[in-house]
Amino acid sequence: MPFGLLKYGLSKTYPAKHHFTPRKDLKKHYDVVIIGGGGHGAAIAYYLAKYHGITDIAILEKGYLGGGNTGRNTAVLRANYLTEEGVTFYRESLKLYRDLSNEFDYNIMWENRGQLTLATTDAAIGSFRWRAEVNKHLGVQSELIGRDEIRELVPLLNLGDGGRYPILGGLWHADGGTARHDAVVWGYAKGACERGVELHQLTEVTGLDVEHGRIKAVLTNRGTVQCGCAVQAVAGTSSLLAAMAGFKLPIHTYPLQAMVTQPYKPILDPLVSAPHVHVYIQQTSRGEFVIGGGSDPYPLYNTRSTLEMKESLCSAIQELFPFIGQMRLLRQWAGITDMTPDYSPIMGLSPVENYYLDAGWGTWGFKATPISGKTMAELIATGRVPDLIKPFGVDRFLRFEQVNEAGATAASH
Amino acid sequence: MKIVPCPLNGPRNISEFAYGGEVELMPDPNTSSSEEWAEYIFFSDNPAGVVREWWCHSATSYWFIAERNTVTDEIVRTYPASELFKERVEFKKESE
Repeated sequence: MPFGLLKYGLSKTYPAKHHFTPRKDLKKHYDVVIIGGGGHGAAIAYYLAKYHGITDIAILEKGYLGGGNTGRNTAVLRANYLTEEGVTFYRESLKLYRDLSNEFDYNIMWENRGQLTLATTDAAIGSFRWRAEVNKHLGVQSELIGRDEIRELVPLLNLGDGGRYPILGGLWHADGGTARHDAVVWGYAKGACERGVELHQLTEVTGLDVEHGRIKAVLTNRGTVQCGCAVQAVAGTSSLLAAMAGFKLPIHTYPLQAMVTQPYKPILDPLVSAPHVHVYIQQTSRGEFVIGGGSDPYPLYNTRSTLEMKESLCSAIQELFPFIGQMRLLRQWAGITDMTPDYSPIMGLSPVENYYLDAGWGTWGFKATPISGKTMAELIATGRVPDLIKPFGVDRFLRFEQVNEAGATAASH
Repeated sequence: MKIVPCPLNGPRNISEFAYGGEVELMPDPNTSSSEEWAEYIFFSDNPAGVVREWWCHSATSYWFIAERNTVTDEIVRTYPASELFKERVEFKKESE
C-alpha cells in the first residue's frame, strides 16, 4: 500500500499541481504593485483579477507567502462588534468566508462553531446587551445568554461559583467560527496566480520613489519596479513602509503572543473568550487548543516570547478550563500587531495620490481578509472609496471621528 | 524577568513599570490648530530602533525617560525627565 501511494505520487499521469508563480525575474513595470504577500495582499490581487480584469499585478513578499501575521493569528472569525461601521464591515467579511472553499475549489476549512464571550461584571453585561442589540439590528446573530445556556454550550467551563470570577452571562455569537489561516492565503494566491498575477517571494521593498505626491516606482532587493499604483498590505510594519512613502500613521506596533497545546479529542466546540482574564481559546479541527490573549504591555518589532505573558495566559486559561493544567504545550509564537488608537483599521487613500493603505490591522486582520481584499480592489480599480470602508480613512483622526471598537476586542488589551 | 534600571529605585523587574508612550514635543496648546493637535495626539513615527519613551515605576508613581531599542528590546539609558523638561507648561484658561 505505501508503495502504491508512492507510485501514484511520482507518476507522470498525475503531475503535482503548481498553484503559484514559479520564480522568475521581476518585470520593469506593473499596473499594480501590492506590497505584502499575506492574506490581504493576495486577496486584493485575487479580486482585482476576478472582478476588475486587472492582471498586470506583482505581489512583493519579503519572506514567504503567508509567513507573516497571516500565519500567526489565532484564526477567530466573528462580526460581533460595537459600532455600525465595524459590524457592517465584518459581517460582509463573514459572508464571503462562508463561500470561499467553493469559490476557490480549495478547502479553507471554514467551521461555523459560534463564539462565546464571557461576562463577570454588571458593566460587561450592560455592554453585551448593547452589542447584541446593535448586531441584531444589522443582521448579525448575537444574543445575551445566561449561565444555564452557557453550561449547555460549554459543559466543561468553570463557571466560577464561589471563586474569584463568577460568570454572570455571555454574549453568544452564533455566526462566529474559524478557518485554516494558511489555506485562506493559499486559496487567494492560487486564484490570483491562475489569472495571471505574479507572486514574488523573497522580494523585500527597500524604498519607494515618490515624486510630486505620486508614487513612480518601488525599490526592492531584486531591482526597481515602475508602477501605475501601489498598495501596502504589510501588517506589523505599516509605519515603516509609510515612512518610506513620506508620511506618518496613527499606529503603535506591539507583539501578540499565543500558544497551542498538543492535540486532544474534540471536547470544545465554540470559540470562548474571557476579557476579564485577557484570554481566549478554541480547539482546532486537529484537536489542538489555541490560546491567545492581549498584546504585550509595550511596543516592540520582535516576535520574541516572554515568560510573564505565557504565565498570564496559562493561569487565565486554567481559571476557565481547569483540566488544561494537565495538558502539554506544543509550541508558542508571537505575531506583530499594528494597534490604532480606536481599534479599527486604516484603509483607503493616503497622502500619496496613487498609493493605497491597507493597514492598522492590530488584532483584527485575519477576520477581515476577504472584505478588505474586495473593497481595496474596488478602490484601486475605480479610484472611488467604497462606502463600506469610508469610515476607516486615515484622515478620520484629523477630524476626531474615531470608530471606537476598543470595547469589542476578544481580550481587552 | 527583564530588568529596568530606574533612575530613582535602581534595577527593578519590568512588571513593576508601565509604558507611557513616546516622548514627543507638545505643540503650544494655546496657538496650535486642531489638526496639529490631532497629529500630536494620534500620529507617530513608530520607528524600529532606539526610541525615547516615558515609563512610570508604578509602585512609587515615578515618571522618567528611557531610551529603548524597539527591535532588540534593549534599554540603552534611563534618566529623570528633568534632563529634557526644564520648564513648567502653562495651560491658559479659555476665559483669559
